Amino acid sequence: MPIADGVSFDLTVIWAFVIAFAVLVYVVLDGFDLGLGMLFAAEPESDDRDLMMNSVAPVWDGNETWLVLGGGGLFAAFPLAYALILPAIYAPIMAMLLALIFRGVAFEFRWRTKRWRRVWDLAFIGGSAMAALTQGIALGALLQGITIDKPARSYAGGWWDWLTPFSLTVGAAVMVGYMLLGATWLVMKTEGPLQARMRRRAWMLGVVTVGFMGLVSLWTPFLQDGYYSRWFGGWNIVLAAGVGAAVLALAFGMFRTLMVKHHDYWPFLFALGMFILAFAGLGYSMFPYIVPTQITIWEAAAPRNSQIFMLVGAAVLVPTILAYTAYSYWVFRGKMDPNEGYH
Amino acid sequence: MFDNADAILLARIQFAFTVSFHFLFPAFTIGLASFLAVLNGLWLWTKDHKYLDLFRYWVKIFALAFAMGVVSGIVMSYQFGTNWSVFSDKAGPVIGAPMAYEVLSAFFLEAGFLGIMLFGRDRVGPTLHMIACLAVAGGTAMSAFWILSVNSWMHTPAGFEIDAVTGQFLPTDFWQVIFNPSFPYRLMHTVTAAYLTTAFIVGGVAALHLLRHRHRRDKVSPATRTMFSMAMWMAAIFAPVQIVLGDFHGINTLEHQPAKVMAMEGHFESHEAGAPLYLFGIPNQEEQRLDYAIGIPKLSSLILKHDLNAPLAGLDTIPREDQPPVAIVFWSFRVMVALGFAMLAIGLWSSWARFRGTLFDSPMLHRAALAMAPSGLIAVLAGWITTEVGRQPFTVYGYLRTADSAAPLDAAAVGTSLIAFIIVYFAVFGAGTYYIMRLMNRAPASGEASLKDVTNSPTRTAGTTPAQQHPTRNPHPGE
Repeated sequence: MPIADGVSFDLTVIWAFVIAFAVLVYVVLDGFDLGLGMLFAAEPESDDRDLMMNSVAPVWDGNETWLVLGGGGLFAAFPLAYALILPAIYAPIMAMLLALIFRGVAFEFRWRTKRWRRVWDLAFIGGSAMAALTQGIALGALLQGITIDKPARSYAGGWWDWLTPFSLTVGAAVMVGYMLLGATWLVMKTEGPLQARMRRRAWMLGVVTVGFMGLVSLWTPFLQDGYYSRWFGGWNIVLAAGVGAAVLALAFGMFRTLMVKHHDYWPFLFALGMFILAFAGLGYSMFPYIVPTQITIWEAAAPRNSQIFMLVGAAVLVPTILAYTAYSYWVFRGKMDPNEGYH
Repeated sequence: MFDNADAILLARIQFAFTVSFHFLFPAFTIGLASFLAVLNGLWLWTKDHKYLDLFRYWVKIFALAFAMGVVSGIVMSYQFGTNWSVFSDKAGPVIGAPMAYEVLSAFFLEAGFLGIMLFGRDRVGPTLHMIACLAVAGGTAMSAFWILSVNSWMHTPAGFEIDAVTGQFLPTDFWQVIFNPSFPYRLMHTVTAAYLTTAFIVGGVAALHLLRHRHRRDKVSPATRTMFSMAMWMAAIFAPVQIVLGDFHGINTLEHQPAKVMAMEGHFESHEAGAPLYLFGIPNQEEQRLDYAIGIPKLSSLILKHDLNAPLAGLDTIPREDQPPVAIVFWSFRVMVALGFAMLAIGLWSSWARFRGTLFDSPMLHRAALAMAPSGLIAVLAGWITTEVGRQPFTVYGYLRTADSAAPLDAAAVGTSLIAFIIVYFAVFGAGTYYIMRLMNRAPASGEASLKDVTNSPTRTAGTTPAQQHPTRNPHPGE
């Protein structure tokens, strides 16, 4: 096993963390703007919708770039995994790509027409919902395992294999979770009646999100033996209990701060914390497999000189990207001003 | 009902369809981003409001085109895996890295600063806003650099070895991978094409408004004149440059992918002493001959070898199963070249008119410029088809066949997604193109509204053009 080879071990693990980091950043960043898109459905007032959309208009494109990094990074660092996983989830990926087209263009198109604005608002809502659902389904399909022909380095299942009660449940969980992120983002970015409604919605969505997290967490260990022993084998049960307690603590913090008028930032940060913990739990379930439980990260990894060549760039560019992304958020910080266009 | 060959054919059609649509947007926005940076720089430097008006006019169009480029580009980054998984597994170790560099050095740069460029002028001040404009322009150029490097590697693979067990391409020298033999030529030819594409669109829009007011010259704004003048300068300078670059690129292709050039030229037969340049003909690949050929003797040898009597091999030296589809390559090449020379004609004509002082008073020139507005987009697509179809039947030229690159998918799955793409692309990008053309149909106003005014005004009634309704209400906030 190359696991014995120290250098290869380090680089491959580093790359697994880089890809995981990109996916995590994508999930939390595009999570709130996809969630906001779904919340559009509940806010029919035109002025509220304008304000909601403008709160993400300067950043949505950057948020979505993390999805490209997740896909492109997987291709570059783990080409075999990219080649095995994507055909396995062909239908949800295609649906996601088409959904992202609808919601992405809606940002620009809805300002360009009066007659068709409702149509593009619907595209924004439907595209956001479909993208969230299919991302959850894709995650569920990967977790439950895919059929591969290992010697042929090829996907060997059918094109409906991804469709199971579990994958649909994860899809629904991701939709609700994204809406929670969106609602708490809007608590942070808006004021007045819109903010008050978002506080109430975040409460409800928070309860459902915690329920889904519990359901998926309890379901996952029974999908494959590897997951079971990882969470419930021996002393690992203590870790499982600890993670569960931590999620509940964060949820408690979120519910508390949602009830306090001047705490506008905390609910979003607590919701982010819950996502990060859930994501870490997923990583813990899967590691060291990238195609559970058949292909490890070392089996799928690009050769060492590719890893090094890319790491040199990533070491410089990823911190730079984080810096100017943070700067961009800083520039557009604070509450949305409904009158900003006229001053 | 379907077999494996159908699935591959459908996957090829899907890739060709989605990449062709996608390519139109960056072909336009690479040049437009630079144009916007120049306009913003000229505004800051001269404080002449016409430049700010032009910036605001074109930035609205840019925002639309860029959004469509982004969403159609995300499709590309996943389609390698969903439809071409064998190619991805094999070529990933080599081309994955430059593609990752594209995301890290280009996509994030564009996306990170786009918000500031579009909405942030009042928040960050003129200097940082200018930097954001430059970052977006630089990002688009950087993106072209990396993706064309990857694409060139598929044409002229270098710096690799093949793993005996997995069949993967393994990099041995990334410098050779990135700067593979066709890359410098392809990069220069394609980026120049992008600049010409933008120039002819800008020139066409300006010509439309010059024509519309050809009897009332006083109604033509200085901004309209300026953009026509700038566009015609670009045509005059870059159309001839592009023809020279194209010639270099062709000679490079002859060296590395002779079969592609044979198909472009329609040379089924070899020529010992000077090959003719066929202007017209019907490629007949079945019979391996060019029907109804009309050619100029020896001219092809002169162009490709710079020698009238140089011998040129034909497709008779290439096994049938290694030949590209000749008719597509032959015709798309002719479309590209014809448009290139038409661009040159516009460049020369406008220079003559400028010299005579009639640049803004020549309706014939303006009609021609208007007709040529989409010429860059068509030429870019035709050129792209020439080079990509000319690479067939390989994905990695000479090493990996297209038929051996595809994902193990049912034809039904690919057929369904292909139909969905066709419907969605025509509907969504059709609407987007309509909105762009509606913006173009309106001349740049004096005191053009900024994009932020359009998206942030609570009293907005029409959504699209508040500045038209209140031309003096908010001429230049914060500046």
